[in-house]
Amino acid sequence: MTQRLVVIGNGMAGARTVEEILARNGDFTVTMFGDEPYGNYNRIMLSNLLAGVETEEGIFLNDLAWYQENGITLNAGVKVERIDAQAKVVHDSTGVATPYDKLIIATGSYSWTPPMKGVHHPKRGYHQGVFAFRTLDDTRGMIRYARDHERAVVIGGGLLGLEAARGLQNHVSHVTLLHAMGHLMERQLDPKAGQMLQASVEGKLGIEVITNAMTTEILGKDRVTGVKLKDGTVIECDVVVIAAGIRPNTEMVANSGLPVERGIVVDDQMRVEGHPDIYSVGECAQHRGNLYGLVAPLWDQAKVLADHITGRNPDAAYHGSKLSTKLKVAGIDVASMGLIAPESDDDEVIVYNEPKKGVYKQLIIREDVLVGAVLVGDNSKAASLIQHFDRGTALPEERAELIFDIGGPAGEVSPAEMADDAQVCNCNGVSKGAICGAVSAGCKTVGGVMDKTRAGKGCGTCKPLVQRIVEWANGGAAEEDPAASWYVPGVPMPKPELMEAIRRYELKSVSAVFDKLVPGGEHDAKSKMGLASLLKMMWADQYIDERDARFINDRVHGNIQKDGTFSVVPQMKGGVTTPAELKRIAEVAEKYRVPMVKLTGGQRIDLLGVPKEQLPAMWADLDMPSGYAYAKSFRTVKTCVGSDFCRFGVGDSTALGIAIEERYQGLEGPGKMKLAVTGCPRNCAEAYVKDLGVVAIDGGKWEIYVGGAAGAHIRKGDLLTTVGSADEVIRLTGRFLQYYRENANWLERTYAFVPRIGIDRIREIVVDDADGIAAALDAAVDEAVQAYKDPWKERAEPVTPGQFRTSLPLTVLPQVPVRA
Amino acid sequence: MKTLTPTVLGPLSDIPPGEGRTYAVDGEMIAVFRLRDGSLRAVSAVCPHKGGPLADGQIDNSIVVCPLHLFAWDLATGCSQSGQAPINVYPVREDEGQILLGE
Ligand SMILES: Cc1cc2nc3c(=O)[nH]c(=O)nc-3n(C[C@H](O)[C@H](O)[C@H](O)COP(=O)(O)OP(=O)(O)OC[C@H]3O[C@@H](n4cnc5c(N)ncnc54)[C@H](O)[C@@H]3O)c2cc1C
Ligand code: SF4
Ligand code: SF4
Ligand code: FES
Repeated sequence: MTQRLVVIGNGMAGARTVEEILARNGDFTVTMFGDEPYGNYNRIMLSNLLAGVETEEGIFLNDLAWYQENGITLNAGVKVERIDAQAKVVHDSTGVATPYDKLIIATGSYSWTPPMKGVHHPKRGYHQGVFAFRTLDDTRGMIRYARDHERAVVIGGGLLGLEAARGLQNHVSHVTLLHAMGHLMERQLDPKAGQMLQASVEGKLGIEVITNAMTTEILGKDRVTGVKLKDGTVIECDVVVIAAGIRPNTEMVANSGLPVERGIVVDDQMRVEGHPDIYSVGECAQHRGNLYGLVAPLWDQAKVLADHITGRNPDAAYHGSKLSTKLKVAGIDVASMGLIAPESDDDEVIVYNEPKKGVYKQLIIREDVLVGAVLVGDNSKAASLIQHFDRGTALPEERAELIFDIGGPAGEVSPAEMADDAQVCNCNGVSKGAICGAVSAGCKTVGGVMDKTRAGKGCGTCKPLVQRIVEWANGGAAEEDPAASWYVPGVPMPKPELMEAIRRYELKSVSAVFDKLVPGGEHDAKSKMGLASLLKMMWADQYIDERDARFINDRVHGNIQKDGTFSVVPQMKGGVTTPAELKRIAEVAEKYRVPMVKLTGGQRIDLLGVPKEQLPAMWADLDMPSGYAYAKSFRTVKTCVGSDFCRFGVGDSTALGIAIEERYQGLEGPGKMKLAVTGCPRNCAEAYVKDLGVVAIDGGKWEIYVGGAAGAHIRKGDLLTTVGSADEVIRLTGRFLQYYRENANWLERTYAFVPRIGIDRIREIVVDDADGIAAALDAAVDEAVQAYKDPWKERAEPVTPGQFRTSLPLTVLPQVPVRA
Repeated sequence: MKTLTPTVLGPLSDIPPGEGRTYAVDGEMIAVFRLRDGSLRAVSAVCPHKGGPLADGQIDNSIVVCPLHLFAWDLATGCSQSGQAPINVYPVREDEGQILLGE
């Protein structure tokens, strides 16, 4: 019979428990209450959100659709105010009573505020400028406020305070961390380790740390102007973040007459004492006297509860967790487990200390079993130490092996050595066994295994280990995948063979290639774009253009954005524009109410957030050529001021950049091509890190660099050659680009292509014409240049029916922030 | 499959071969694709991953690839090939040059 399950608290433990129950096909209709007005997000990631390395969408674990799909009624933004255990109903803040057969309480914790004068404002809750660090709303508020302020004080030198301090550095210029105790993270680290961490935080990160700092008062009338310490010191600041600890959210539960001590008292099945139909998990639960404030134990609890409540294993029992943490605190490796100080004379203490490098390691061993460890600055041995600690296995005779890699490969646990149930992903509680299971079930890629098991999908620090285990489970050296050499995944041929066959059979359209060259004639969506690019390069104006073979960007000549709108980037050769053009762009932006106008890294103006159906009209009003900000093609030539105006300039970089862009605009390739010309080796246009970069040097000469990159990958280009005239630069540019177009793999940028072929070999072909193909390359690129048509001219007559019709759904999409 | 009252969406020629277009039907947004083998498919228009416009995706005769993060869904069953939530599929066919949605 289907039972009614009510869950109070939609945080990490509550939602995870429900996921575990669903995974066991529990027969429940589920209703969840969450005080926060959202689906379920990864609270851990708030640190990353604050630090600007993660976006809001990126931290959601389950969005609202997930609840819908699983038939869960989510009352987001609704607080449960009382549990009536007698009548088996919960009463919420909207006045509704919801009956249950089974109840799970997962109300988590709140951020604790130490007693201080002036922290609260009579009308507003916290004083203006004072923040806790617990929820998404806290974090949003903090970011919004900190952006316009200068100096922040963080109260609390534990893990959370350190993360907050680090994150705030992203928004304010000065951060001070106050800690009431004698050293940082005093609950996980011994004094020596704490001092080491402090030195690193101060030296490497530039965060000022004050220990033994008792904050007694928040200063400021309308908003914060500073804090005052017990010894009278005043620290001026305009933002205060309190991260002084957490307290379980149990008030409502206690008021409802359920047993609460420090937390809600539960037994080994996570059942609330004396209430067979009520359970509690997460930070609010007290198990055998312990409260847990990290996610790993919560995952264990969720599993036990799910096993028990679904009847999968009614005797499943939670025995408590041994707490270990392995993390990067504000960019510094820290691991800690068990004791931080010896408890008896017989405890063996092993210490290694290298202050200059900021490395400190301490082990506490009792009767040959590891009972405590602290590592700062080097976590390479943390995984194996945690394993020894968790299992209580016998330690090696040679104690040094525990803290150093003696002989073995540096800093890496080998997958073979790891036990099957060793936890690899500490955020999501995924074991080595689970990863190997996914691999043997047929999931051979790292990404596939991550999707399946969720390993590596929390904070991400375990990704390299996940990769090693997948490779190992695949049989050591990763299996040789025949498809790896194919140009596109759906046509079983490497590029040279494929080009050969295309020429032989005169295949001029993408569907012709599938029909002729794929056994069974199977079409493949993921191959279309690569083939379209290749065919266009090979056949120039003879290419039969099937619009569905193009990616949406190339179908509507704009770059699709996260909300389904597009960007319009007019051409601006060499980054040069005129007041009249600027005016026109401004007028168009105003007329179409463009939500964001942005200068791009390639020296152009980006009009972002344009609905598809408005593109043709905007192009017409702009009446400028397309700047190709969307295709796998020649993009821009960035230039510096050069000899025109710059007092250092030795070459006219602007003129040359414009000439190159004029000639090769819109040229398609296997990847995008970004170029630059700079007027002297001071490199203001960053030519050393472009697919092709030109640098003027004294004596009227130009150096040409190829294979540089400064995107997700960073590489300084290799010097191809030095030439004596701008004309030669233009000719060699075309020849190199054509050689790249013909020989690079699909999506292989020049930074991978150039090292693969070797710069010497490229020089032989492109500069010295050792293979005798230079003339052919020149002719081919010339033909492509002749075939150029400005795609924005397509505006008058759509090429296909509904080419610019909206595909946008009516439902609400993620909102892209609009800056004034 | 979800049931919908039969609705004529417009002429088949509104959708170029190998592409998709979005239609609003009964308050739902539905992406209809015209495969290169001549048949039609209809699925929900919104990518369950992060709301991408599926009609702007690329297709072959079995899957659609969302343009935003390139996750793929089977056009016939709505199942994800990449561990995402499934999408709704709707009955659709051609009837004398018109696109007919629903049974
Ligand atoms: C910034 C930050 C960084 C962290 N980093 C790490 C880390 O690196 N590693 C780690 O292991 N842990 C970390 N943690 C701790 C981790 O996030 C928590 O241990 C975990 O979120 C606890 O889960 P929970 O479900 O018990 O509580 P929560 O996630 O807090 O969920 C409880 C939910 O219940 C709701 N609620 C409370 N009362 C009611 C009510 N009466 N009615 C309805 N809803 C209610 C609350 O609004 C809340 O949404 C971090 C925490 C923070 C804040
Ligand atoms: S690279 Fe040289 S010429 Fe160009 S702006 Fe900088 S200093 Fe001037
Ligand atoms: S410029 Fe690069 S990093 Fe920035 S949004 Fe675009 S892809 Fe991402
Ligand atoms: S929104 Fe569709 S794949 Fe991400």
